[in-house]
Formats: sequence, structure tokens, C-alpha cells
Amino acid sequence: MTALDDLMRRLLFLPEARSTFAVPVDRLHFFVITVTMIASTITGLMAFFFFFKYRERRPKQSTPVVVPSMRFEFVVIGVPLFFFLLWFVQGFKDYVWYTTPPKNATDVYVMAKKWMWKFSYGGDGPNAIGTLHVPANRPVRLLMTSRDVIHSFFVPDFRIKQDVLPGRYTETWFEATKPGRYQILCSQYCGTWHSQMWGEIVVMPGPEYDQWIIEQRRGLAARVDTGGDDGPSFHGSIVEYGKKIAMDQGCVKCHSLDGEPHIGPTWLDLYGKQETLENGETVTVDEAYLTDSMIDPRGKIVKGFKAVMPTYKGRLAAPEAAALVEFIKSLRTQNLDTVPSKEAIYEPVKPAPRR
Amino acid sequence: MSSSETHAPNPHLAHHFETIEKQDYAVRLGMWLFLGTEVLLFAGLFLGYSVYRHFYHEAFHEASRHLDLWAGATNTVVLITSSLTVALAYHAIKKGQTKRCAGLLIFTILCAFAFLVIKGIEYHHKFQEGALPGQWYHYAEVTAPGANLYYTVYFLATGLHAFHVIVGMSILIWILSRVLRGHFSPTYYVPVELGGLYWHLVDLVWIFLFPLLYLI
Amino acid sequence: MSQSNQLHDDSPPVYPAVNYLNADRGVWSWLTTIDHKRIGIMYLVSVMIAFLLGGIFAMALRVELLTPGPTIMGANTYNRMFTLHGVVMIFLFMIPAIPGVFGNFLLPLMLGAKDVAFPKLNLLSLYLYWTGATIALCGMIMGGTDTGWTFYAPYSTSTPMTLFPVLLGIFILGFSSIVTGLNFIVTIHTLRAPGMGWMRLQLFVWAIYATSIIQVLATPVIGLTVLLVGIEKVGGFGLFDPTRGGDPVLFQHMFWFYSHPAVYIMVLPAMGVVSDAIAAFARKNVFGYKMIAYSSLGIAFVGFFAWGHHMFVSGQSSFNDGAFAVISMLVGVFTAIKVFNWVATLYRGAIAVKTPLIYICGFLFFIVFGGMTGIAVATVSLDVHWHDTYFVIAHFHFIMVGAVIMAFLIALHYWFPKMFGRMYHEGWGMVAASLIVLGFNATFIPQFLLGNAGMPRRYYMYPERYQALNVASTAGASLLAFGFIIILIYLIYALVRGKVAGDNPWNSRGYEWMTTSPPPKHNFDHPVIIDRDSHDYQEPGEEVEHVVI
Repeated sequence: MTALDDLMRRLLFLPEARSTFAVPVDRLHFFVITVTMIASTITGLMAFFFFFKYRERRPKQSTPVVVPSMRFEFVVIGVPLFFFLLWFVQGFKDYVWYTTPPKNATDVYVMAKKWMWKFSYGGDGPNAIGTLHVPANRPVRLLMTSRDVIHSFFVPDFRIKQDVLPGRYTETWFEATKPGRYQILCSQYCGTWHSQMWGEIVVMPGPEYDQWIIEQRRGLAARVDTGGDDGPSFHGSIVEYGKKIAMDQGCVKCHSLDGEPHIGPTWLDLYGKQETLENGETVTVDEAYLTDSMIDPRGKIVKGFKAVMPTYKGRLAAPEAAALVEFIKSLRTQNLDTVPSKEAIYEPVKPAPRR
Repeated sequence: MSSSETHAPNPHLAHHFETIEKQDYAVRLGMWLFLGTEVLLFAGLFLGYSVYRHFYHEAFHEASRHLDLWAGATNTVVLITSSLTVALAYHAIKKGQTKRCAGLLIFTILCAFAFLVIKGIEYHHKFQEGALPGQWYHYAEVTAPGANLYYTVYFLATGLHAFHVIVGMSILIWILSRVLRGHFSPTYYVPVELGGLYWHLVDLVWIFLFPLLYLI
Repeated sequence: MSQSNQLHDDSPPVYPAVNYLNADRGVWSWLTTIDHKRIGIMYLVSVMIAFLLGGIFAMALRVELLTPGPTIMGANTYNRMFTLHGVVMIFLFMIPAIPGVFGNFLLPLMLGAKDVAFPKLNLLSLYLYWTGATIALCGMIMGGTDTGWTFYAPYSTSTPMTLFPVLLGIFILGFSSIVTGLNFIVTIHTLRAPGMGWMRLQLFVWAIYATSIIQVLATPVIGLTVLLVGIEKVGGFGLFDPTRGGDPVLFQHMFWFYSHPAVYIMVLPAMGVVSDAIAAFARKNVFGYKMIAYSSLGIAFVGFFAWGHHMFVSGQSSFNDGAFAVISMLVGVFTAIKVFNWVATLYRGAIAVKTPLIYICGFLFFIVFGGMTGIAVATVSLDVHWHDTYFVIAHFHFIMVGAVIMAFLIALHYWFPKMFGRMYHEGWGMVAASLIVLGFNATFIPQFLLGNAGMPRRYYMYPERYQALNVASTAGASLLAFGFIIILIYLIYALVRGKVAGDNPWNSRGYEWMTTSPPPKHNFDHPVIIDRDSHDYQEPGEEVEHVVI
């Protein structure tokens, strides 16, 4: 950050830029705001100046008829349009970069509910309420959903924001550039304590974070998500939790865990596989595809299987969906090859129970 | 100013309009604008239908198979016929045929009534089956996810449409009462025209609803 | 009695003994009137009461925000207060104000007509306004509505607070708006005086025309949306409820499809007022008349396609985001055209520096600043930070207060003698105008900075670091409120004891000045034939200097 950038930042009351996204955002911000202030001040001053220069000097003073030339029209339309489109192009480019998480990002599952933020890490990671620990200088992707109404995940220091919706997963990502503590604020009105739905991101230097994660997983501080109304508490790793959910929700009725062909694709060696869909496309089975399949199972059907899976939209909390994904990831044989799923065995399925 | 001495002033001409022609033009323009607002009112429901059909195409397709096609088709025929008769009524009063106009209007109103009766039977059937919107959905025949939304859109769209049928019917009854009292003649029939226009809109909305809900 | 409002009228001012105000007597004659001027006056009283209420709610909010923690009210009260402020200001003031008051009063006069096309419908729109406003207001106060004026699902459909009355009120208010718009469109098409081609219309009329088109086309969509939310709340239909397969973002699309064009319903009449006023006070033709007229239509048209810029972080696709962003940029160009043309109208004018000029100066600064911060938030990457923060609040208040309310005050002062035949006190006018322009800056510039710093909207309590800016904003708001109170006092005084204005105290060439001030009941005592342009300040037969820039 140059000295001029820092001066602009202070004049505009912007917090320090603490993510990789914040830097291009602030740069464009300064450009746009400077032009705005210049244009509006010039306009106001010109009007003010004209009040004096062209004031009525004698009664019954006549005035000329002033008309615009073609050139004037072009300039008046062209100059603003040029600036506006320039800002659009730069802004949209930055935005597309912002909405494309890097492939090596660490995933964290976020669940919003009135009026708190809950975080779950992949693998055997810990769960937490209100505080999110992340490493510095490494991309982190957040997969977010809401338990009740629309919330919005906002971190001013990172210049990131994403609405968090019930019944859907939205994602955002960031790469924090400096260790420290940064505030999370809910920015979509969600009821009485919307203005107190705060959280904190603790950015740790990489090695410190790695150490912290190991300690968490060792169970020294294996806090489990016991947010009261989430049901009976579960002690164990996220993978075991996922297995329990698979049993409880009936996933195993259609998806075998040992490679046996059944109504749905088997979960053994499923993660990372290249599947062929019924429309001919190939898709890689990753977290997004697995989560998608739980919410909208009719969207991408694997070739050879029927579209009979019910949706779990609204029936799985974020930690539960995350746990299932982690469980599926854990089901691997030694040699993973990209053999497509074997043919299904179809048994008539009773109608889905009334919700 | 002097023209008013040679013609008797038209009793229907308002004080702020120059001529009856301008007034009629204004009244027709106003009516068309109002019909525009009605189209936009329904547009939101058609949007909802498109969006949820896209999300839940299985359920929508299946559920539409289970609608009472006879009821929908009959209602379509009834409404199109009623549009014909209301147009004929307009032409009749333009030629001064008051009795014919009244008769055609009565037929139109009866068609509207028939539409509502058939719709009522359909709704009753759905109540029995459990094919109801949102939280009351318990129709065993269609179990694809999103089926309850199909019936939500169905009831909202046909319900709002039925409300407009009732409004249109009321307007036509009022016009009929004025026809019977001899208010209209070949020199003054614009209200009949406007009432007919409203009825055509009600019909037009149904012509879009019917294939979207019942046929595809 | 003024005949064709000559360029310079030296006759002493006369107050017409019989005019629309005293033509019929008694409250009943007012409540059953079909005179568009009386309807305009009743709208004036109504919207000013609404503005007063909305302002009180605003001051309550600002006082609460003086401290980071609770100050004078609890959390639920605060949430209900900002809902009240938003709904009252938007639906009871901003949307009906300029069209309902000045559109109604002036449109037939500016067209040389005796009334609007459908006078009884006009009275109906007033009654619909009263009914809808009362139901909405009572509903919010007694029912504790706390959803904000945007009532996003699923919070709105799942909150235990009552929502139905305010939804019903808004539905009825929507009808009032549609009826007004419909009436104005037909009036402009069919009741123009002989000789008044489209290119002779005053720019205020063009603005009202574009506004009315939006009112007629967009309002039904909000009507349907509130109806659906109401049904969902009462019936559990699940249209926007994800647990029943619905999509809450669909609500946002439907809501903003109206609510974005709604801001053009608010701003277009304001722009029309400024066009007319600048021409009158600079005593000059309007620079680029055609461009201003067409840009009004352009804003109305393109404004229908930009709604998604309220939803950049809602979870919609990046493609949508990009499309809505670039369309929003185009709307900005139309406004830029107008601003250039207004400033150029002042160039080489013979400007009479009166109270409205102070507001005009403020207006020009605020509309550029507010408009360009609008372009800034339409720049997608920047909006990620600014969305739902005080930056957005500052942006739209710059337009809604800085541009529209300034324009309302311009209209009120410019046309005060037309409506009431009396002049207000210029000195007090200038004092109040300066207070308002200063107070406005002091209120809302800190809010831009609060948004930059990261303070979200609708925050009852806030992190301590935001306190200084909040205190500054509240101080500015007090100044602003003080300015409005001064205006109220001297205008009421002017109503009863103001100097007689005469028919045309500004020597303006607008067609509405071609009759007495106040006008007679039927507007014109003589048939109206138009033989010149509306903003024509040339003496007939005079050698006219033409300048091209």
C-alpha cells in the first residue's frame, strides 16, 4: 500500500485491507470515489458560480437561446458512459475472481441461525460457535447455509460478504493476509438480535494453525456442536457422526457402503470418481456435487440410475451434510480407479413419507 | 363556442372534454391501460410457475396429469364462447338492438356462472384428494418433490383468476341493468365496450393458464 | 386577470376575489370535490403529515444510535421504528408526494385543460391513499411489524409479528398510485390545448408522463408480491418457504422488480420540477429540451431491467450480477445528460437569486454525488463490501432527500404563489434552505463513512468504534429537522399573512401561469390556444441571439 493509498483509506474510514480481495477492491473504490467527489463538487461550484456570473443585472434583461451541438451531445453521453463502463469492466473482473474459489482452498462449513454463527471443519476437525480459526496466506472456502431465515456473512476487514440462505448452500472464499482478529457481522436483517449476531475470525500464522488443528482433532478440546435444539449431542469424529446420520436418514437403504450395486451409486470409492451422467456429461464427484445431490437429487443423475432420490433440502443441518460428505470421503479401498458405477438393481420404492 | 348552438349538447359529454370523440378515446385509452395493469398482476404468478416448473419439472409434469382435464377443457370452451357472446352483445347495441344485446349479455353472465360452478367442483375434488397447497398437501398419487408447490401455484393462479371472473361478472351484470333500462343507443355504447374488454382479458388469462396447468 | 403571461408584467399584484379555494364552501365540498386543485391541496396536507411522522421516526432512530448500546428504546422497538420510518417515508410520502400534490394541481393547468381526464377517479385515488395509509400505519403501530420495509421472506413469513395490515395497506396504496398514473397518462394524451404539440409540453409534464408509465406497469407487481406474502403468512402455502420447496430469492426478484422502478417514480417528478424551475429562474430556454424529455423516457424504460443490482450477494448467478450491473450503468448516463443540461441552462441566464435557487444548487450537488455513488454500488466488486451497510443508506438518502425532497421544496416555494396567491418570506426561506443543505450534508456524509467502516444497516446496537460518526450524523439530523420546522412555520404564516403575489410573481413562461393565482375553479376564464414553446423567454419580434455550445 502506497502512502497515498493509506491516506485515502484513512480519509474514507476504511478498515485496513486484510485479504487478497480487499486490495483490488480498495483500489477501484478510490478511483470511483475520487471521480465522484470531483464531478459533484465541480457541478455544485459551477452552478454556484453561474448564479453570480449570470445573475439578473437589469430588469427585463433578455437572454440568448443556447442550444447543444452534436459534439456536445457526444461528449456529454460519451464521457460518463466511458467511465461507468470502465468501472463495470474492472469491477466485474474482480468480482468473478472473487466468486471463483481456488482449488486448494480449505473448506469450512458455516451454519447461520438466529443469532449465531456455527463452524465445522472437514475431516476430523472441530466444531465451534462464534469463532472461526483460519490460517494466514492460505485460501479458505466457506460453504454456508442457514437454519432459519436469510442471514449474511460480512467481514469488513476482508471486504467479503455473502447472503446465507435456508435450504441452499452458498459459498464464499478469502485469503487472509495478516494474523489477527477480525469481526464477522450479520448484514441481512434477521430479527430482534440481528445487530448482535457477531462472530470473530482468528487468523493464525500457517504453522500455528496446523498445530492448532492437530490439537483440536486429538480431542483435547474436541468441542462438539451442542447448540441446544440440534438434538442429542454426539461424541466422536465428524466421520463417525456422518455414519450415524447415514443410518438415521436412511441413506444406506439405497447407497451401499461396500461396493454392492443397489438403487443408488455405492459410496465406496465414490469421492473423486469421474461419473458419467445420463445426459452424457462427466462430472467429478466432489464436495459440491455430493452436497448438491442431497439438496437437488434430480439435477444430475448418474447414467443407469433412476431419479428416485428424495431431496434432503431443509432436513439436514449444515454440520450433518458436512459430516455425510466427510463420511463418504472416508470410504476408500486401496486402489482407487475411475471405473464408472455398476448397473443398478431396481426395487420398487414406497412413496416418500409425509413431511 | 358557436357550434353548441347548432347541436344539442351530448348529455354524456363531461365539461372538461372538447368533443365526445375525444372523451371516448380517453375512456378507451384508460381501459387499455388498466388491462395492462391486470396483465402485470398475473405476470408475477406466471413467473412463479416458470421458476418452480424449472426446479421441479417431474412433479409439475406428473401433477398436471392428475388434474381434471374435462373440467379445464369445458371451462375453456365456456369462456371462449362467453367472449364471443359479449362481443356480439357489443355489436348488437351499436346497431341499437337492445333486446338482443341484453340476451347475449345474460348468456355471457350464465357462462361466467357455469365457469365458477365447474371450478368449484374441481376445487372440491382436490380438497377430497388432499391435493392442496403448502402445508396441507397430502395427495398420495403425486409424490415427487415439489408437488405441493404445483398445487400452490395452481390454487393461487386459478383463485386469482376466479376472483377476476367474479369481478367481471359483476361488471357485466351492472352493464346489463343499464341496457335493460335503455341507457345505451347507437350514439352511446362505450360502457358496453369497456365491460366487454374486461371480459376478454379475463378470458385471455385463462387461455394462458389452461395449457400451462392442464396440458403440459 | 392575466391573459397570455407576457414576458414582463408590471401591473400591481391583485388577489382574485373568487378562486378555487373559496368557490364552494364547507368541509363536505372539499371531501366530495372533483376539482384537481383541491385534491392536490388535500394531498399536500396528507403527505406533509406523513413526512412529519416519518421524520419523527427518523429522529427517534438517530437518538437511539447516539450510543453503541441501548439508549432510549429496546431492540424490538428499534426494529419496529425503522420499519415504520421506511414504510411511511416510501409509500406514504415519496411515491405519492410530487405526483399527488404538484402533478394533480398543475397538470391540467400546464396542458391548458379544465381538469384531469377522470376527475372522479382522481378523488378515488385520494381516498385510496387515506385508506391504505391508515391501515398500514395502524397495522404497524399496533401489530409490531419489524421486518423493515423490504419484508424479505422467510423472515417476514415466519415472524410472529403482524404483517397483514401493512401488506393490505400497501396493496391499497398501490391502487391509489395506479389510478393516479392512469389518469395522468390519459390526460396528457387527450386534454392538451390546441397548439400544444408534444414538443411544446413543459418538462415537468414529460417527467410526470414517464413517472405515470412506471406507476401503471410496475405497481401491480408489488401488489401481487404483498398479496403472496400475506397469503403465505396466513396460509402456509410455501411459495417462498424452503422447507416446503419454495425459494426465498424468488421473493426478492418479485419485490425488487417493482421497488427499483419505484425509485424512478420518486426521482423523475423531482427532475421535472428542477427543469421547470431552472428555466423560470434563469429566464431562459431549457438547454437540450429534447434530450431531457427523451432521457426521462429512457430512465423509465431501462429502469425496469436493473432490479437485480439489489441482489448481487443474494446467491444469484454471476451472469445475472454482470447483466444487471451493466444495465444500471446505462441508467446513470441518462441522469448525467440531465445534469449537464441543467447547468448549461444557467449559462448566460438572467438568474433571479431566490430561495429555490439555494435548493437547486444543493440538488445539483446531491444528485451527482448520490447518483455516482449509485454507480459505485452498481460496480459489483465494490458492492460486496457496501451491500446492506450505511453506505447504501447514505446513497439512497442523497437521492431521496438530497434530490427528491429538495425538489419538493423547490416545487413548494416556486408554486406556492400559484396555489395560494401569496408569497412566503424570502429571508426566512433562504435561512431555512441553507440550514437544510448544511444539515443534510452533516447527516449523511458521516453515513457514507460508516458504511466504508463496515457498519451494517438496521443495527440497533453497534461496535463501539462506530460511535463518533453516528453522533455526527445525529447532530446533522437535528439541524435538518430544525430547518424543516422553520419552513413549516413561515409557510403557514404566509398562507394567512403573506404578501399578495399577483398572477405571476416570477414572470415565468410556464403555461400554468397563464391564469390567476390562485386559479379559478375551472382553471381558465378564456379558451387556451398555445402559440409558443413552454420555456420560451424571447420577446415576440425581438432579435434573438443564438448560441451553440
